[in-house]
Amino acid sequence: MSEAIAHGPASLPSPNPSPAPRDAALRPRSVVTEAGWVRAVLIGVALAFLALFLVLPLITVFAQALAKGWGAYLSAFTEPDARSAIRLTLTVAAIAVPFNLVFGVAAAWAIAKFEFRGKNLLVTLIDLPFSVSPVVSGLIYVLVFGSNGLFGAFLIQHDIQVIFAIPGIVLATIFVTFPFVARQLIPLMQEQGTSEEEAALTLGASGWHAFWTVTLPNIRWGLLYSVLLCNARAMGEFGAVSVVSGHIRGLTNTLPLHVEILYNEYNFVAAFAVASLLAGLALVTLAIKSFLEWRYADDIAAGARRH
Amino acid sequence: MRAGELLALLGPSGSGKTTLLRIIAGLDFPDRGRIIFGGDDATRVPVQQRAVGFVFQHYALFKHLTVADNIAYGLNARRRSERPEKAEIKRRVGNLLDLIKLSGFADRYPSQLSGGQRQRIALARALAVEPRVLLLDEPFGALDAQVRKDLRRWLREIHDRTGQTTIFVTHDQDEALELSDRVAVLDRGRLEQVGTPDEVQEKPVSPLVLKFLGDTIEVEAIAQDGKVLVNGRTTPLTAPAGLTGPVKLYARPWQLQFAEADTAHLHGTVRSSYRTQGRQRIEVDRENAKTVVVEASDTARLAQGRPVGLRIVGGWVFP
Repeated sequence: MSEAIAHGPASLPSPNPSPAPRDAALRPRSVVTEAGWVRAVLIGVALAFLALFLVLPLITVFAQALAKGWGAYLSAFTEPDARSAIRLTLTVAAIAVPFNLVFGVAAAWAIAKFEFRGKNLLVTLIDLPFSVSPVVSGLIYVLVFGSNGLFGAFLIQHDIQVIFAIPGIVLATIFVTFPFVARQLIPLMQEQGTSEEEAALTLGASGWHAFWTVTLPNIRWGLLYSVLLCNARAMGEFGAVSVVSGHIRGLTNTLPLHVEILYNEYNFVAAFAVASLLAGLALVTLAIKSFLEWRYADDIAAGARRH
Repeated sequence: MRAGELLALLGPSGSGKTTLLRIIAGLDFPDRGRIIFGGDDATRVPVQQRAVGFVFQHYALFKHLTVADNIAYGLNARRRSERPEKAEIKRRVGNLLDLIKLSGFADRYPSQLSGGQRQRIALARALAVEPRVLLLDEPFGALDAQVRKDLRRWLREIHDRTGQTTIFVTHDQDEALELSDRVAVLDRGRLEQVGTPDEVQEKPVSPLVLKFLGDTIEVEAIAQDGKVLVNGRTTPLTAPAGLTGPVKLYARPWQLQFAEADTAHLHGTVRSSYRTQGRQRIEVDRENAKTVVVEASDTARLAQGRPVGLRIVGGWVFP
């Protein structure tokens, strides 16, 4: 034993440690890491790409909006058409988001906690709005509720206006934002299983009580996260809304549609000013989303992996 | 099931123990048969009204509630007219925390506790609603060996103190035999035997019960005139009335003894041996027959390949 130590100076702390840089050079690098220049190139490409396609446009939006100073920027919002567009967008989001919240929780609850026939079909259907082009989603509603559509005659008879009115915009928005809440919650609830609910039931809680005191608290951060994304999409949706809206100024124009109209009229400052509002919404959403992801990573992880 | 007793449901995995427990709790429903609670048919009573306390293998504590709120959950869930006063709930939670020896932990969250502590909380939560029967589904299954032993002893103490009618599911024979007043052995959904730990060990009703309760040796034997013969020599066993012809003799490793060739029932050579807790276990190879395991006191090691004779001093023969 003592011999081994005498012959193995490498295993003992050396009285004169060799200079650190030599050690670092000799140490083999991790097998999953690349050489320095490869990393630099990869990171550089990614950053350049981001700058060109994301940061630059974002800066352009704000730069163009402020091209003629604050006065012109602010006057874009005081204009009655702009105000009505903001109001309409908020109204649509205020109806569509709660609707999808309730539907999403109900669907996720049903899919994650129960076994029933047609479950896979339901999951597939929930995904449908993600895979269908928004324009097609809008057209579907025109075909169903338009004057020549399936219920057209009935609606005209009863003087109910769906297409080219707020109900159509709300319907199209609901359709497009359908999957956000359900898609986020299904994996989360599946992962959590049913044992806590069962425990609550054996302790005498009713199903309703168990839902409010056990299920909902367990999904609250995932729910907030998904509502945030759902809201951002509801306010920003263009394609589907554009088809059903009819672009009636001051009546059926949402913010994204208003931007398009202003832009087509060469009113760049106003167009970019309104666009900056949407961009700001996106940035705020991103900030809250990042905060939630950082703070409550575990609670939303199961669902976030899918996005 | 008798009031106040601690009953173990024992069986291999897939034997229906947990399903039976969930049916008793009202979490699953039977295809046929009924559940009777103290003379009342409870088959159609919903889970909330069955007054059962259920403890899950993986605790199923409410992650977002403190320990105290977890324990108080069942009381808080009651309708206002039946709900105890706030102070009363607090007092009861305090008593239960004392009972499970976690008095200082009322404001902690489940994630801050160890597995053993969580399972104790789960038990206190189930006891808080004063259930008619306490149901434990492999309560120690997710815990490591030492914690499991401590909790076993502790559960027995709690039961002795509270007299709470309790059913627990386990696949661990030692756990069932140590803890319970009576053991119910299940196999593939059928109840094989119910009895005290002594009864099921001394008088198992079938080879299955016997095999499930410990290591078993199978030996070909002949039943003749009320006697059981192995290799032409009589054994101390008596054959059940009316049984004649070839039978299987089952024995425990300690019911075989080394013997001289002229009195031995079995012959073989030592294949291997190892020591465990003051005993020695020896595997003996037999010609044209299954290897048997013999348990003997921890004396000198037997050399590998040494020829030995074995004498059967006890065992069972089933009709």
